[in-house]
Amino acid sequence: MASPQWLVDRRSAAPNAAEFVMPSTDEEVWRYSRVADLQLSDWSVVSERSEGVPADAVTLLESLGHLSGAVVVRNGAVVAARLDDALAAKGVYVGSLVDAPNAEAALGVVADGGPDVFGRLNDANFLDGVLVDVPAGVTVDAPIAIVDWIDLDGAAVYPRLVVRVGADADVRVLDWHGSTDIAAFVSPLVELDVDRAGRLSYGNVQLRGPRVWQIASQVSRVLNDGTLTSSHAGLGCDYGRMRTDCRLVGRGATGNLSAVYFGHDSQTLDFRTFQKHDAPDTNSNLLFKGAVGGHSRSVYTGLIRVEKDARGTNAFQTNRNLKLSDTAWAESVPNLEIETNDVKCSHASTVGPVDEEQVFYLESRGVPTEIAERLIVAGFFDEVLEEFPVAAAVPLIAAAIDERLDAGVNS
Amino acid sequence: MGELRIQGLTAEVAGRQILNGVDLVVKSGEVHAVMGPNGAGKSTLSHVLMGKPGYTVTGGSVSIDGVDLLSLPTYERAKAGLFLAMQYPVEVPGVSLQELLTEALSAQGRDASVVHAAVAAEAERIGLATRLLDRPVNVDLSGGEKKRNETMQLAVLRPKFAILDELDSGLDVDALRACSRRVEAATTEFDLGVLAITHYSRLLEELKPDVVHVLAQGRIVASGGPELADELERTGYAEWVEDEAPTPAVDPFADPFADPFA
Repeated sequence: MASPQWLVDRRSAAPNAAEFVMPSTDEEVWRYSRVADLQLSDWSVVSERSEGVPADAVTLLESLGHLSGAVVVRNGAVVAARLDDALAAKGVYVGSLVDAPNAEAALGVVADGGPDVFGRLNDANFLDGVLVDVPAGVTVDAPIAIVDWIDLDGAAVYPRLVVRVGADADVRVLDWHGSTDIAAFVSPLVELDVDRAGRLSYGNVQLRGPRVWQIASQVSRVLNDGTLTSSHAGLGCDYGRMRTDCRLVGRGATGNLSAVYFGHDSQTLDFRTFQKHDAPDTNSNLLFKGAVGGHSRSVYTGLIRVEKDARGTNAFQTNRNLKLSDTAWAESVPNLEIETNDVKCSHASTVGPVDEEQVFYLESRGVPTEIAERLIVAGFFDEVLEEFPVAAAVPLIAAAIDERLDAGVNS
Repeated sequence: MGELRIQGLTAEVAGRQILNGVDLVVKSGEVHAVMGPNGAGKSTLSHVLMGKPGYTVTGGSVSIDGVDLLSLPTYERAKAGLFLAMQYPVEVPGVSLQELLTEALSAQGRDASVVHAAVAAEAERIGLATRLLDRPVNVDLSGGEKKRNETMQLAVLRPKFAILDELDSGLDVDALRACSRRVEAATTEFDLGVLAITHYSRLLEELKPDVVHVLAQGRIVASGGPELADELERTGYAEWVEDEAPTPAVDPFADPFADPFA
């Protein structure tokens, strides 16, 4: 399949990989990251389209119950897509971005090349991309699921997802990042665009194999009275990074951002969040909760930025970390930049072991120490999982967490 | 007939000796009240018996029916038949009461399928609203609800011996009556032995003690029948605290390297 001319032009305008300058850990947003270990030349950009739907993706989709639509992407190429006829008749689109009738207008509107070099690499290298487009006034009842699957060893893959939610439209999207046990470099760029009074609930599960490196970026824009709810579960990868830029640009816009993450072995899970309040009466609420066991590391840095015009802003940021082994490490750095007085802002951050008093309470009832700790750690994530946008994915996330707890938090 | 036997128990917290040789024997079905002034070591005694981290036992022994408790981790002490109703029940977000009791019974090799029905029945009996049962353990419960919850768990778990650490603190009269009546009933229903640690005698209006002990300066200084509690209510603990040795004033200019025995 040949790329359309606009895409060819767009790509040829982008510099080639050799010209990109990798970020340095001297920059605050890359501090504690493992970007210095990345050699782009070690990975080959996928140029041939993969075909066929992987069996794992089918199993996964079947476990999610009723879906309004689904897309399977394999190594960057859309290999299957379907959408309920009734929704297609209302103008909803779910499928390949490149093939979409309004692709050129949808692409890059929110991300504009992305916040860093990896966004520009994605722009230059993405194969198909996925577009979920819900026109104004349309409510999509059952969720739409995207399975982004990687099974090509040595590949550099640049998944692209654009979700557009029209005025007063309503949709839930599950974006599942999985892989077989291959080594790969993956750099997804996700654009979430919520129009006036639109409602988008986006759930992202990152459960790639243990040898995958992923540097992801999620950029969102919310207009007047719109609501974005974005939840992330970060479990897989050797190095798994996600940068979240949530821009509340219309009066009364709301951004609810949450995440659970659980590192084990020698994983590094790396999160950077930006809650940007550009308009008055905007609300953002962030809750990231993570646990680190074994030799794993987690990084959270977050910034709430309230512009001068954003009077009446409410902005909250909470990051809590459980350190489950002596050799695990968690860093948490919250920040505020506020240019106006009429705001309610708070941030909180904690790093610590499982609460000894809680363990003692459960033990005093006869629960063995290991089970007590396990109940507390599993329960620690409940607050976020209960609100996860696609409820059918929660048992799958909980099972992945249980698997980690079964393996023992010291491993 | 079982017994909880405490002999010559000494313990310290952060290097400071709090228990100075406690001797107590509670038999199944008996209620023993341990009363005493603030700082006598009442809460330390309850924590040491259950094995709370932060306390160091320096001597003595504690056993249930001959099983040495002090060498066991906390959950094994529970399995041996000990229960602690805490003065400040801990909130455990994300863990439900059902999960807690199911895991507790399963770990002891007991039938956990009864938990749901037992919780419902006991909650009704003690006046704990059904809607509270689905909450994570103790989360957002009032003081009185937490104590009813402790007592309800005691009734579901049916231990051999229960330590009630200031069960009467932070709850209203109705809750106090409900909790103490339930424990009193348990002494005949399943022959529960009770060690009720309290500052005031009001707990003992419904929960009838067989023996009342006075704990002061880390040891039992007097024991008697229920009338001792009434006497304490009238006279207070002055008799046992007044002989406390005054703390010597510290000379800020003293030579820190001086020989203390010189």
